[in-house]
Order: sequence, then structure tokens, then C-alpha cells
Amino acid sequence: MSVLVVIEHDRGQLADASLEALAFAADVAAQLGVDVEALLIGVDAVALADECAAHGASTVHHVADASLTDYGPDAYGGAVASAAGVLSPSAIVASGSDRGNEVLAYAAAELDLPFVANCLAVKTADDWEMTRVQWGGSLNEEARLASSMPILSVASHAAEVAEPVTGATATVQTLEVTLPESATATMIQDRIVLSEGVTLATAPVVVGGGRGVGSAEGFEVLEALAAKLGGIVGCSRAVTNNGWRPHADQVGQTGTRIAPQLYIACGISGAIQHWVGAKAAKKILAINTDPAANMVVKADYAVIGDLFDVLPAITDLT
Amino acid sequence: MRVLVCVKRVPAPGAKINITEDGQSVDATNLGHTMSPHEECALELAVQLIEAHGGESHVLTLGTAEADEQCRWAASIGISKATLVDAGSMDWDPQRTASAITDSIRSIEEADGGFDVMIFGNESADTGGFQVGVRVSRALGRPMVNAIKGVEVDLEADGKGATLEARRETDNGFEVYQLPMPCAIGVKEGITWPRYPTMRGRLASKKLAVDVAVSDAVPGGQMKVRLNRPEEKVSETVILGHGSEAAPAVVELLKELGLMS
Repeated sequence: MSVLVVIEHDRGQLADASLEALAFAADVAAQLGVDVEALLIGVDAVALADECAAHGASTVHHVADASLTDYGPDAYGGAVASAAGVLSPSAIVASGSDRGNEVLAYAAAELDLPFVANCLAVKTADDWEMTRVQWGGSLNEEARLASSMPILSVASHAAEVAEPVTGATATVQTLEVTLPESATATMIQDRIVLSEGVTLATAPVVVGGGRGVGSAEGFEVLEALAAKLGGIVGCSRAVTNNGWRPHADQVGQTGTRIAPQLYIACGISGAIQHWVGAKAAKKILAINTDPAANMVVKADYAVIGDLFDVLPAITDLT
Repeated sequence: MRVLVCVKRVPAPGAKINITEDGQSVDATNLGHTMSPHEECALELAVQLIEAHGGESHVLTLGTAEADEQCRWAASIGISKATLVDAGSMDWDPQRTASAITDSIRSIEEADGGFDVMIFGNESADTGGFQVGVRVSRALGRPMVNAIKGVEVDLEADGKGATLEARRETDNGFEVYQLPMPCAIGVKEGITWPRYPTMRGRLASKKLAVDVAVSDAVPGGQMKVRLNRPEEKVSETVILGHGSEAAPAVVELLKELGLMS
């Protein structure tokens, strides 16, 4: 028996969230007294086997079906369901990302089992108890699960990535699976690259602007500071609703969730929709004229003042 | 073409979400109700697809009888038909919800014809189960991809039959999927801009006949015990200064965090 972790990757490039899933699975496996095993789906994925071992996977199962050259939710979900039939794991775990949740939803539908998305903690018993995310992180739900094979995804940042074990080598076992006939219909057919370099999700510094920026042109002062710091500009929903920035720049529950070293929130009131997307930042500096603004109250640091005075002054000194 | 949109009525919270004393739900006293921004965009997309290709759009919701309001909102921006599965609750688990929606879609399709495209929100605003659309689509044997932020429909794709091109945002651009129709997508806010209802639309929505259905779907394995508010990181905000005079203190902070040398 094992806790089986579905490893997310893009053509052999590991998604960092998978390491959190491995760490989360280690806790579940310890409660059950079983091992953590990893499931690598796709021809390119086998290169990640040792990294999985370094993060606690005792065995790595590799699905190397020649048709799995790229991601497709039906194919991946079908592979997970098929692997579950062969391996009979105690539980299946993946990261609570777009792909992780999608693959587990497909697998759970195929297996006709429940799937609990975005878990923060799990207690294993006859009926498992879990804490999971609701309202995009504004509320937690205590849930109970009756299932012969619990399937769950791990909320972003719910587990701390363990220090890798140096020199760990994986035991790799090739796994034959049966893929659904429909698998190819949902496979990626093409990719469009719009930008290289730092992104909202990976930038060490995000300079965010809210309603207080006042206009599309107002973002020039944010752009100037972000450029100096090797960071990127983000914004709140009020800004995209006003058409000042594209939706791709939106930080929040229905935009991007960021986790930079520093989030500089300028002229942002801190509505709940924005806060849940920003709260994983290591440190938050709020710049706002209103010392009572939600963002200022919740931030680690604040400067009280007009962002059009404060930002150029900082940019001049950096 | 025929397009279905699934939406969920949820409370519209302000700066803080309060919970009822029994911990079972969001305290909606004095709150209005809405649907997730993803679903608002799903409705708009459906109206645009019908405007471009002709046909009929249909909104489907599962919840309490009050979700009639969301059906009428959909009609006010141009959705032509509505079905409300009255579950007497907003709290059905994902398996039960998916099963009831699947049954309802089968009934609608039997009466009116098959849907070419089914559109779901990426996840519901409240419970965020990330699965109902996939379960429904799989039960109906249609391909589905989630997290979609761009769509193009080609009803006569070169010899391949009708195809829906769906784009999913990545860190540096888009992944492109080509789904054979009939198919389903889960969309994210930003795929399009929802329009506001016109006065004419609002008047027309009052006349909408909302078809009310019931479901005998059985509960699945996930059960809510209670809701609670996550512990907030309690940090005393350090005020670095006022106005431009605070700049040197900010620079010190940037150095301390290793973000500049």
C-alpha cells in the first residue's frame, strides 16, 4: 500500500507544486504507516524520477505510453485511474493547480469516487477528516470523506517542501496503463509564447496597483520601480474592470495567485478577492493614503502617502 | 448551434465573510446574491457564440428556488432558456451535483436537441470543488478542458467536423486545445467582458419561463462538517514613514530582503 502522488510536469519540466504535494503526502503516509510513491506520466517524465526520490518517493511508477508526449486531462486522468486499478494505493494526491485538479477530477469521475480539492490538512481514520479551502481561501471547510480510495489535491502552500535527500536514487517501475479512447481529443495541440522572463507567478517582486492608481497611464510609476527591481506589475480587479490593465495582470481569487519575496501594494484597498491572491507573499508593503485601508492593516510594512510621491522617490534611490 | 451554461447562485460578500452560528453556511443576512465572475463570463461567451453563429442558449442552475434570480439575470443579457434544478439547498456535494446536472442536461437535450458546447465556470465561487464540469462532461461522453481563457469556434473545420479551439493561459502564453464538438469547457474570468443588461433585456427577463426540475441524485462521499475562518497572520504593520520621506526606509527594507544590493 502507498500514498500515490501524481507528479505534475510540462514536457519533463517539474512543477514546483508537485514537491508540496510530495511533502503533504509524506504526512498522510506517515499517519497510515505506508510509503509515498510517485506516478510520472509521459515519455519525458522519467527524468524526474530521482528528484521524486529525493523528496520522499520510495518507488516511482512511470507511464511511458508512446501517445503521452504532451499533456491532456483525459489521457492523464485515465492513466491515473488505470494506475489506481493496478497499484491499489491507499490514497491518491496531486497539487491543487489547474492541471492537478483537472486530472484528479477526470480520474475520480472514471473511478466513480469522491475527489476533495485543495486540502490544507488531513486526518486519516475510517472516515477521513480534512480541512479544505472554500471561497478561494477566505474560509476553511472541515469535511469528512467516505471513500474506498481517497483522492485529494493539496492547496497551494499547504505543505512546506522538504529538504531534498542528496544522492537519492529512485526505483523506477514501468507501468502499463489503458488509456481511454477519447484521450487524444483533449491533448495540447499547440503553444503560443507571448513573453519570456519573469511572470506574476514567479517574480521575486510584484508591484501591484489598485483603484488608487487612477488610470492606465498612472501605472508608469509602478512599471519604473518594477523594472529597477527585476519585478513585474500586477493589479487588482478594480483596475481590470476599468480597462486600465489586461486581465492577465490581475492578482486575486479569479486572477493569478502570487507568492513573491515582496509584494508592494500601491493604492489597493485590500478587498477579499484581491487579498486571497496576494496573501502568500513572504512580505507585503502597502503604500496608501488611508492608514485604515484593509491592505495597510494586514501588511507587514506600510508607507502612508500618495503613491505618485512615494514610488518615484524609491525608484530614484534604487 | 446550441450552447448551455451552468451557473451557481452564491452570496456576494463584502470585505469580510461571516459564518452562521451553526458553522454550516455563510451568513447571508443583508447580503445580495450573485454568481462567480467565471460564470458571468461564461454567460457572456454563450451570448456571443449565439450572436456569431446563430442558435439558442440555455442556462442551467442547481440550488434553492431563489436561484430564479440568476436565471433571470442570464436572460437579461440574452440567454434564451432557463432550467432550475431545485435542490432545496446550495450545499450538494460535487458528485451529487454533477449527477443531478447530468440528468437535467439529458432531459433538456431529449426535448430540445443536443448542446454543441457546454460552458462551466472554472470553479464555483464558494465551495470550489473543481470537478462538476468534468464529471458531467465525462458522463455525457464529451471532451472537456478547464481553465480556458480564449475560445474560437469553427463549425466547418477542414474535414474534421466542428471544432472548438480553446486556449489556456500559462506562465508565458497559452496552451491550445482543439476540441471536437460537441464539447465542454470550464472558463476563467477574463475570457471576455460581461455586458450589463439593457432595460429591454431586464423587461424581457421578467417574462422568462424558468423550467423548474427536481432531482433524485444521491449524496456522494464528501460531507461538510462545518466552516470556519482561517487564522489570519497577525502582524503589527510597521509604518516605514509618510510620503516620499519614507523612500530611504523602503530601500533599507529592499536590501534587508536581498532584493537589491
